[in-house]
Amino acid sequence: MVQSRSRLNAQRYGQKRVSGHPKGAILATYILKRIGLALVTLWLLSVLVFFAVQVLPGNPGRAILGNLAAPSAVAALNHQLGVDRPLIEQYWTWITGVLHGDFGMSTQFRAPVEPYLSAALVNSLKLAALAFVIVVPLGIIGGVVAALNYGRPADRIISVAGLSATTVPEFVSGIVVIIIFGVALKVLPVSASAGPGASPASQFQHLILPAIPLVLILFGYIARMARAGTIEALNSDYTRTATLKGLPRSVVIRRHVLRNSLLPTITVIATQLGYLIGGLVIVEVLFNYQGIGNLIFKAATTKDFPMLAAGVLTIGVVYMVATLVADILATTLNPRLRLGGAE
Amino acid sequence: MTDVVVEPTTSVAVAHGRGEMPPWRLLLRRPTFIVGAAILLFWVICAVFGHAIAPQDPLAQQLLATNKAPSGAHWFGTDQLGRDVFSRVIVGARTILVISFFATVLGTVLGTALGLIMGYLGGLIDTVAGRLIEAVLALPLVIVAFLFLVALGTSPLTMIVVVGLVFTPLIARTVRSAVLVERQQDYLDSARLLGENRSYIMFVEVLPNVLPVVLVEFTVRLGYAIFAIASLSFLGFGVQPPTPDWGADISVNYGVLPAGYWWMVLFPALAIASLVVAINLVTDSIEQVIAS
Repeated sequence: MVQSRSRLNAQRYGQKRVSGHPKGAILATYILKRIGLALVTLWLLSVLVFFAVQVLPGNPGRAILGNLAAPSAVAALNHQLGVDRPLIEQYWTWITGVLHGDFGMSTQFRAPVEPYLSAALVNSLKLAALAFVIVVPLGIIGGVVAALNYGRPADRIISVAGLSATTVPEFVSGIVVIIIFGVALKVLPVSASAGPGASPASQFQHLILPAIPLVLILFGYIARMARAGTIEALNSDYTRTATLKGLPRSVVIRRHVLRNSLLPTITVIATQLGYLIGGLVIVEVLFNYQGIGNLIFKAATTKDFPMLAAGVLTIGVVYMVATLVADILATTLNPRLRLGGAE
Repeated sequence: MTDVVVEPTTSVAVAHGRGEMPPWRLLLRRPTFIVGAAILLFWVICAVFGHAIAPQDPLAQQLLATNKAPSGAHWFGTDQLGRDVFSRVIVGARTILVISFFATVLGTVLGTALGLIMGYLGGLIDTVAGRLIEAVLALPLVIVAFLFLVALGTSPLTMIVVVGLVFTPLIARTVRSAVLVERQQDYLDSARLLGENRSYIMFVEVLPNVLPVVLVEFTVRLGYAIFAIASLSFLGFGVQPPTPDWGADISVNYGVLPAGYWWMVLFPALAIASLVVAINLVTDSIEQVIAS
């Protein structure tokens, strides 16, 4: 991809790509700056999460034990949880632990948080990966087809269907696919978990239904970006030049339109990874899948604050890394941004 | 839950200045707007007059007629307690619409104020607030809302406050960039030279000029609010039973789906789908009319 971009760049500006020092330095500074900002944001996020789960509930011991527990028991639990110490000290203990991979003890399982968290994260990534593999080609094809049929019924149908699919909450579309494929047709399993030791093929089969709501949510966005990018490229001077110099339409589209239109789409796809994870909470609860979303939900309903904080922080980190990678990717791939317009 | 960033454009002013046709006439010529507005109107009527329209009491349990499939007597069937699903869907429009509306109003008011301050004053306030906004936006909206609902307890009021606060930074970001465009205008220099104070300039001079952006942002956010509130209700953080609520009704009944009782969840699900699609058709039409 990088290679073809630079070739395109050379083609467009009639010069060889200069991989000289100044531009490389600009890019490196930009990337370092973005990473620095991401670290600051991450720190703020950790403070936010800490305060939400440690400070807002007021009295965690009371929250866990309920209204009927004896005050002495509440005080003992608070002491055991360490919440009777000064806030700064609590935050310091928590954050140094997190940085060493120690997320504390889950009050719900009475065991370290970390193994549950990693297992759930792996499960969630499996589901997210499946949804991604389905939706990326589908969204791009949909958007490009809509753009090539700009203003015609095919365009309107894809645009309105995409918009509608994107706005319907995941649990609603999830319910509909469960009813159609799981209850009426009985062709696919309704639960997402294939059980322990299930073969990859069986796991895959169980993940198809949960992936559909995620695909529907993302389809509209990816298609919309691909459509907008393609329309812009179709209306550009270089496309007109390519058409006027007698290139066949298929060559124009493949070599001049798509290469330029898919770049913004790639960026959007990467940023969607975070939203995908947000949608996972709902889908995992609906399909009873043991992913990180379900873990956070269970932690929330059982007031397992260490687990909740760890899960939310993990999602924040994944989300931020995805956005960062998307930004850097877009800057590296786009010659115009790479040549100094990065800020 | 992606946020569509509505880039403020000067074309808003151009559209008004052209004077060919008022914007609402343009809207009424778009079939997508008509369809969306009609569905929205239907649900608003249900929200207001639901109890009068519903054929039966949505809370009345008929324990001899539980889990009945749709029929002439019960158009949408009955649920596990023998309550009429059709009546619950009609009356259930109220909770989701009211909560979403007030959450969006709260977010729009706070977000507009914050955006005006950040955009107009700039400097340190802008930088610090910008960083905080980034931190909040580093989490999917549903997760942020989730965190605070768990911490603060669940009730319709907390849901309004939480979703409103979650929307504040998003709206602030859009309003801020609109204000940055306005800052270049001459009338603000005149206002400053006249010695008007900063809050007067922000709220009396700048605000009316960014109002179109705020209104578009309001309708866009209303769509997301309905999405978020429905999802949170489904997770059990919203209205508690037995009050009719689409998300909560799905949450209570989806466990019996494998037994074949599809009607208890399908109809509330279709109601949510029709509402969010309708509001997005309306929003999309408004955006396109403004952009054209």
